[in-house]
Amino acid sequence: MKKNILKNNAVQSLIASLLCIVLGLLIGYIVLLFINPTGAGDAILAVIKNFFNYSRANLQTKNFGNTLVKTAPLLMCALSVLFAYKVGLFNIGAAGQYVIGACASIYAALAWGWSWLPCLLFAVFAGAALGAVVGFLKSYLNVNEVISGIMLNWIGLYLTNMLLTTVKEATSPYTFHIADANPSAILPSLGLGKLFSGNGYVSLAIPLSILLAVAIAVILDRTKFGYELKATGNNKNAAKYCGMAERRNIILTLVISGALAGLGGALLYLTDYEQWQCTTSSVPSMGFNGIAATFLGGLNPIGTIFSSYFIQHITSGGAYVDKTMYSSQISDLISAIIIYLCGFVLFIKYAINAGIARHEERQSKRIAAAEKGGEK
Amino acid sequence: MRLESPYAIEMLHITKRFPGIIANDDITLQLKKGEIHALLGENGAGKSTLMSVLFGLYQAEEGTIKKDGKEVQIKDPNDANDLGIGMVHQHFKLVECFTVLDNIILGVEPTRKGFLQKKEAREKVLALSEKYGLQVNPDALIEDISVGMQQRTEILKMLYRDNEILIFDEPTAVLTPQEIEELMQIMKNLAAEGKSILFISHKLAEIMAVADRCTVLRKGKYIGTVNTKDVTMERLSAMMVGRNVNFHVEKKPSVPGDVILEVKDLSVASKVHKNDAVRNVSFKVRAGEIVCIAGIDGNGQTELVYGLTGLEPAKTGQIFMNGNDITHASIRTRSVDGMSHIPEDRHKHGLVLDYPLEYNMILQRYFEPEFTDKAGFLKRKPIREYSDRLIEQYDVRSGQGSITAARAMSGGNQQKAIIAREIDKNPDLLIAVQPTRGLDVGAIEFVHSQLVAQRDAGKAVLLVSLELDEVMDVPDRILVMYEGEIVGELDPKKTTQEELGLYMAGAKRDEVKA
Ligand SMILES: Nc1ncnc2c1ncn2[C@@H]1O[C@H](COP(=O)(O)OP(=O)(O)OP(=O)(O)O)[C@@H](O)[C@H]1O
Ligand SMILES: [Mg+2]
Repeated sequence: MKKNILKNNAVQSLIASLLCIVLGLLIGYIVLLFINPTGAGDAILAVIKNFFNYSRANLQTKNFGNTLVKTAPLLMCALSVLFAYKVGLFNIGAAGQYVIGACASIYAALAWGWSWLPCLLFAVFAGAALGAVVGFLKSYLNVNEVISGIMLNWIGLYLTNMLLTTVKEATSPYTFHIADANPSAILPSLGLGKLFSGNGYVSLAIPLSILLAVAIAVILDRTKFGYELKATGNNKNAAKYCGMAERRNIILTLVISGALAGLGGALLYLTDYEQWQCTTSSVPSMGFNGIAATFLGGLNPIGTIFSSYFIQHITSGGAYVDKTMYSSQISDLISAIIIYLCGFVLFIKYAINAGIARHEERQSKRIAAAEKGGEK
Repeated sequence: MRLESPYAIEMLHITKRFPGIIANDDITLQLKKGEIHALLGENGAGKSTLMSVLFGLYQAEEGTIKKDGKEVQIKDPNDANDLGIGMVHQHFKLVECFTVLDNIILGVEPTRKGFLQKKEAREKVLALSEKYGLQVNPDALIEDISVGMQQRTEILKMLYRDNEILIFDEPTAVLTPQEIEELMQIMKNLAAEGKSILFISHKLAEIMAVADRCTVLRKGKYIGTVNTKDVTMERLSAMMVGRNVNFHVEKKPSVPGDVILEVKDLSVASKVHKNDAVRNVSFKVRAGEIVCIAGIDGNGQTELVYGLTGLEPAKTGQIFMNGNDITHASIRTRSVDGMSHIPEDRHKHGLVLDYPLEYNMILQRYFEPEFTDKAGFLKRKPIREYSDRLIEQYDVRSGQGSITAARAMSGGNQQKAIIAREIDKNPDLLIAVQPTRGLDVGAIEFVHSQLVAQRDAGKAVLLVSLELDEVMDVPDRILVMYEGEIVGELDPKKTTQEELGLYMAGAKRDEVKA
């Protein structure tokens, strides 16, 4: 019986993901030991505890809210990567599509004074447009989506810096606070803020992103469109043979993938939790963390909800590491190590299967030996 | 004192289970040194599985394997290789973008101080290829060479590793009659040198011609081992299927009706060379007749079918189906308008291997209202029912029925699933490319009777075959293709295999006008 459970794909994914997490924490701990052995245990605990570092309950819930606020965009990026991956495409461009989505929403909110819904839709459109470029290049000119995606990440980043300079504070590199300049563009809280000790950043974004994860699961699993996409991803030639419009599907996939990441950008910046820094010189890690979340989530849309939360939890937790003992980059380093290890899910799954096979073989030999003994 | 064992390999009481099925149920097979031992059984009988156990790809739950009388453990193909066991798989395992030479030495590359010694390897490969008459071009990429040469590459791979026990899993299914002839000779030479050979085939004539003994399996069970000298083909097929098989196709004279497919001066470009693969081909196929395109592999049949089905564009010329010009129509349009296509390569085109069987059964029809509702959701229950019906009707065998992954099915049953799907689509025109490749005699009989039934139901059938028996037996008309052109039209009732052979070899040609 026990063996059967272990052979189940979903269970295997879960175990593999959990093992990755433990391994990541362990290696993070070892690195900390090397840097400064006295504080290592506390530091790794601080990362794991995240908002539990606060002793007061209301501060805990409030900071839990903050982690969730940043989970929503991460989840969108993860879904973006996952959706494309099912069709056999690696959308590393999600990072840039996320940036362009942020840009579109901020610009529409500040320069044009739009309210939140049109701002969201504009971000979706911008992300989709960027995805479409990658899609066209891929299907008509056979340009690898990874290459064009990376290029567009940079184009998107500098375009954003340039455009948003027109709506930034005079004395700092940050864009105006949307909450002050145009409150109508702030995502409605739906009363959710109250649940998190009056955290004003908690909004519609969180339930919306979870809803979308479920929607993606349904689309991939239950619809004709999902059937076509997965067929194309598994066997391009068979998809062509049965007359599926391969080019259209590739473009459509990347458009949807881009739209999801673009929406992610808007879901963060339209809460005013952060403002865009117009001197940003590297593509924000949100999109790349989305890749890790996709794999840690076992390539399953529902799984990504949890993996996205976990990755954000660790990333936020990094802020609580004692800065007197470790340099300020340590938090990023630790979360990066853990996230990196998260990519090993498939490898661990493979190891589990190999282990089961070996175990079964020994088992059957023992049984065979026992039977022989019994016969005598 | 122990006598030296007469057996190179003994597989004793092997049992291997898969979810929902016992693929090998207490099977014993003893391979004598220097013999050619055939393994015969219906599709899904467990032949490939048994060989995979010997080659270390699967672990048997029960049973033992002995080499030269000593018990051995074979945990993976590396163990098998160390014991001198080599295998040519039913579906080749070559790296497409590597050269022939690179594939042969892959994993056992000769190195000196960490550097590849390709020159040494090349010499050894060329010597082997010379010695056994295995013609290959060591520098050609796998993706560019014919299946015949791919197979020779696989054989060289085994010989390069100095294997003593050679497993051939359905090696002849993809070969032309000439290549089969050559392979048989090569196998005999290898056996004469003392190598022991296990040989899987569905073609009884081949087994009678080369094998010394034959072991028969049926539905995972061991039926018996016989000396081929002592039995007839009829007896073998009865052992394997459990009943007598009719080798001859029964059919009434055809009653051709309207022209369904008309091809005018069609040319299709070639992927490998500058000349067109199909050159100015014209012919017609009418309702109620089976027309067969015969020819040696590589004379443009594949490209002709690609052109007709839309997988490759036509370069010049026109194609009409039911009177409509479909020269530039999409694949989907052609399919919906009544064309079915049983593809030559079932893994490349015919199946999504990671999809369950039921999803593969609806591959050509998933978008129809029967299987997709207006909102775009798949209708799971009708899909399951449809798939169950096809499985039942066409006797597609697998471990778990509709939910079995196509990948986990035996080669012949994968083929049967495709045939079921394409025939059940109820087409006006059925294009069947080597539909019986890899099928057992019982299944071949069934497929042939299905083709005839389609014809009698007033469909047009275009059969592409390399199999001479099939070419002579099934169609109402034969068109012979040679170097991209149709060089002759023959009446199977009036012609002989010899005459057909002359046309196929390009030694004889008529002016054929459609
Ligand atoms: N990897 C697998 N997982 C699950 N079931 C499998 C797997 N491989 C084979 N089977 C099942 O085991 C049975 C025997 O398959 P096998 O491939 O050995 O047949 P075979 O005799 O080689 O048939 P064919 O002549 O069609 O190639 C089949 O019913 C098949 O569905
Ligand atoms: Mg087989």
